[in-house]
Amino acid sequence: MHELSIAMSMIEMATEEAAGRGDTRVSALHLKLGPLSGVVKDALLFSYEVASQGTPLEGSRLVIEEVPVIVYCPECDQERIIDSIQRFCCPVCETLTPTVVQGKELLVVALELEPWPVNSAGIAGDQPTWVTELPAAAGSMETEITS
Amino acid sequence: MSTQPRLVEVRQNVLKQNDLLARSLRQQFKDAGVQVISLVSSPGAGKTMLLEKMLTLLRPQWRVAALVGDLATENDAARLARSQAPVKQITTGTVCHLDAEMVQRALTDWDLADLDCLFIENVGNLVCPSSYDLGEELRLVLMSVTEGEDKPLKYPTIFNTADVAVITKMDLAAATEFDSATAHANIQSVRPGMIVFEVSGKTGTGLPELLQYLNPRLVPAAIFSSESQLANSGIPEGV
Repeated sequence: MHELSIAMSMIEMATEEAAGRGDTRVSALHLKLGPLSGVVKDALLFSYEVASQGTPLEGSRLVIEEVPVIVYCPECDQERIIDSIQRFCCPVCETLTPTVVQGKELLVVALELEPWPVNSAGIAGDQPTWVTELPAAAGSMETEITS
Repeated sequence: MSTQPRLVEVRQNVLKQNDLLARSLRQQFKDAGVQVISLVSSPGAGKTMLLEKMLTLLRPQWRVAALVGDLATENDAARLARSQAPVKQITTGTVCHLDAEMVQRALTDWDLADLDCLFIENVGNLVCPSSYDLGEELRLVLMSVTEGEDKPLKYPTIFNTADVAVITKMDLAAATEFDSATAHANIQSVRPGMIVFEVSGKTGTGLPELLQYLNPRLVPAAIFSSESQLANSGIPEGV
């Protein structure tokens, strides 16, 4: 279970990125995740929720795009999506191939930033209490949480 | 003030810090002329036994050392120290893997120029270590005959990130009815073309071949060409 330290790295990275862009909070973090990253999606979602408490990402959504493993098949001279990571072979001609083109991703691809909410005194509140509903991002394999 | 969120593209590898440090370590190892080999496996697969034998075999002629990671205790370092090689324990507390920073910290008071070969024994775990580059030149993944032939299918990612597979405890193969052909087929299924060695840390079987593959310079074929010569090399059996 190393997902907690991974989540903390993600939050640290996003916090720095947001700080460099002025007085903004992060409302969502978009992550691309490959099956060969060694990271389990559900454990990461749980860890993110825990690790974001008390940070500028508290209450933000983690949007995970799971990407499949793609290998290069030398026989077909084509890149192919493999059916299972238990079997690194071309789904068309069944040639075994070790050449991974995609699948190791553990990549923060984008952040959704918004200004901090302002209270009646005109001072930015330190506990954001609202969440902006966004249209679902593209891709059917995405999962998100709102903590 | 607009409350409309704006989408900002980032594209940053979450493990960028670790990967950058690992790259820098790899360069330092290369500049110092030290070969770095890491070992990963489940707990109890025989990493420490194999490493103790390898250190003992290499030690008379070559400057070898080891870093060993565990959640707790310094038992493994004590076992490895019997080889007379310099050994340092990295106690990770609750952390289930080594990362590049732990390796760098452990090496601060060692002069790499004094070493020919450094082994890094990871925490026994077939999941988490797969995410962390340690700057090693070669990563060995061990599976013992007592664990079952389907280990590679259960943990494909760790096999995929390793360079060489080592099947250990071959002295128990008959007792456990280990199906070698199935194990090899499973390894090839998750990592086509992977080189596999079958060894016994206890009897020394397969060790010359493994060492020679790891570094022909350290172990010329002429020195360890047969088991009988290994048996005569003064390595205590069944330690």
